[in-house]
Amino acid sequence: MSDGAEFAIEDAKDGRRLVLSGNYLVSTIGVADDELRAIEEPISEIDLSGVREIDTVGAWVALGLSRTTGGKIVGASNRAARLIGALDGIEASEGNLHPDRPGAVARVLESTGQQVGIAQRGTTKAVAFIGQFIVATGSVIRHPRRFRTTAFVRQLELVGVSALGIIGLMSFLIGIVIAQQGAVQLAQFGAETLTVNLVGRITLRELGVLMTAIMVAGRSGSAFAAQIGTMKLTEEIDAMRTIGISPMEALVIPRVLAVTFMMILLGFYSSVMAIIGGAFVSDLTLGIPFLTFLARVQDVVPAYDLYVGLVKAPVFGLIVGMTGCFQGMQVEGNSEEVGKRTTKAVVVAIFAVIVLDAFFAVFFTNIGWA
Amino acid sequence: MAGQDIDRADDPVVDPVAVEAFGDPDVNRAFERYRGKYPIVVKDLKNCFGEQVVHEGLSLEVNRGEIIGVVGGSGTGKSVLMRSIIGLQTPDEGEIEVFGRSITRGNPEDVVGVRNRWGVLFQGGALFSTLTVGENVEVPLKQFYPDIHPALTREIARYKIMLSGLPEEAVAKYPSELSGGMKKRAGLARALALDPELLFLDEPTAGLDPIGAAAFDRLTKELQATLGLTVFLITHDLDTLHEICDRVAVIADRKVIAVDTVPNLMKLDHPWIQEYFNGPRGRAALTAQALDELRKHMDKPIALNAVKALDKSDEKKA
Repeated sequence: MSDGAEFAIEDAKDGRRLVLSGNYLVSTIGVADDELRAIEEPISEIDLSGVREIDTVGAWVALGLSRTTGGKIVGASNRAARLIGALDGIEASEGNLHPDRPGAVARVLESTGQQVGIAQRGTTKAVAFIGQFIVATGSVIRHPRRFRTTAFVRQLELVGVSALGIIGLMSFLIGIVIAQQGAVQLAQFGAETLTVNLVGRITLRELGVLMTAIMVAGRSGSAFAAQIGTMKLTEEIDAMRTIGISPMEALVIPRVLAVTFMMILLGFYSSVMAIIGGAFVSDLTLGIPFLTFLARVQDVVPAYDLYVGLVKAPVFGLIVGMTGCFQGMQVEGNSEEVGKRTTKAVVVAIFAVIVLDAFFAVFFTNIGWA
Repeated sequence: MAGQDIDRADDPVVDPVAVEAFGDPDVNRAFERYRGKYPIVVKDLKNCFGEQVVHEGLSLEVNRGEIIGVVGGSGTGKSVLMRSIIGLQTPDEGEIEVFGRSITRGNPEDVVGVRNRWGVLFQGGALFSTLTVGENVEVPLKQFYPDIHPALTREIARYKIMLSGLPEEAVAKYPSELSGGMKKRAGLARALALDPELLFLDEPTAGLDPIGAAAFDRLTKELQATLGLTVFLITHDLDTLHEICDRVAVIADRKVIAVDTVPNLMKLDHPWIQEYFNGPRGRAALTAQALDELRKHMDKPIALNAVKALDKSDEKKA
């Protein structure tokens, strides 16, 4: 006996008769269904008495045949009759499983409109968030007891201390790359010794703080967004509000303050590590001794290069912290949103930091700190 | 129990060879329906999480064609038992057979042959959120039977969804657009996609309002009767236990302490069982069921009077 679904068309006294046999199951219907779909001639009877096993898929196919060919189903076992009975009320339709979508032009317009709306609402919310933050800061300054010292210290550790390893290594390697690549170019003018100026000034003014801000955005900005977002989903934020704790004071201020403060230290630390990296590679490839390199840095780098870095660092920290907390507070609905908002927190923070860095560059040059 | 005999009466031609050889894994292929007595057999199961022993010496046999309810306090490992049976959790010791094949030590090929013969409804529905309900139901079909004509898979998905009691519009909706009860039904439609013989339901009525829960219970019972399913049902819902379960397995003290019908369980002397079924909620569910039974026989004067009397006493209380 075959295990598949089979059928034959026989002549009977009142028209043609379709005899199904074998197993009519979801696992066996594959080929037979294609062939059965091809039957176009009218059938008077569909005989199921030869069917060994049947499930709802087999019953659906038999029912469909009876609908398209007008044949009457005979010889059905109890099970087959029961299954066909259960499916009888359901209309066959070639309906699509997707919702209907409008045309391409309409979709582009619709999506553009939505983006504009989202941007407008996002700006309103961002401004509102900054306002809330200022109000909360003001009230914490007036009532210093409400400041969450424990949370602040904890965030200092998470944002600062535990980032020392990765930021140190990253800066050290960047120092190496700048010194090594710079030396190759400067050698063409016989000015290898200017490598010291290059490494010292570029890391203190620009790269140290910028790279740290990017790293902190990736490490801490994303963490803020994910933590606060998850707390919003699990209604922890709502619970806080009902108890009378302001989420701004309990969650946002310690985080933003910690990242702002730590950016100053981390940015300086990063510049120092980059200079050490540069000194290290100069010692190896250029023949400038390690300590001589460090001593030269003191001579060639003006003090205001350090100030440039130190002024930018807390501003970048503020941006990273505010973006992370803001995106976290915007989470609504489902867990998918947490992922989206976290990504957005990092992207927006890095973008804002780089744009602002460009403005700072112009500004400091104009005030004579070139 | 009526459920058990459902498929025996209308087996087509009983092939003596097949009956004799049942149990041999080679004969027990996907196009054979399981004809043994116990589709699920769990023997001396032991599950530990670190130091914590969840199950120890747990044994359970599920009859073919029955709805078995599994109850137990929170943390007694009802879901762990289900996850062990469907192979998501490897037990530390013990033996689990589904359709006569070992889940615990069988080779992976065998287990694949079993996996398309059960459907699972997870607690939250576990629908794939990026696909519409219809596409969700299509997933297992396409996965196991890629050679089925796309038009037929679409039709199958549609009728399964409607069989699960969802309106036609639900086919093209995304899970996020559905209410909790509709998500459960959509999850059920996906669980039924492959016409399984065995259906696992993990707290199907949790989080539904009483009307939705009662409707879901009726749906489970109807589908079980029409499709000849064996249903493994984890629940906390006393109404579900009274209304649709043929037998109830009670998990306590790390094992199944009793498997029986609800009335028989209530006679047992175990403190947890007594508190569970004879507590205030247990008695309320029992009264509700008794009233339902009486209303079915309203044509008989005794029942009619009893219902009237009970309704009056309710009014007085109110």
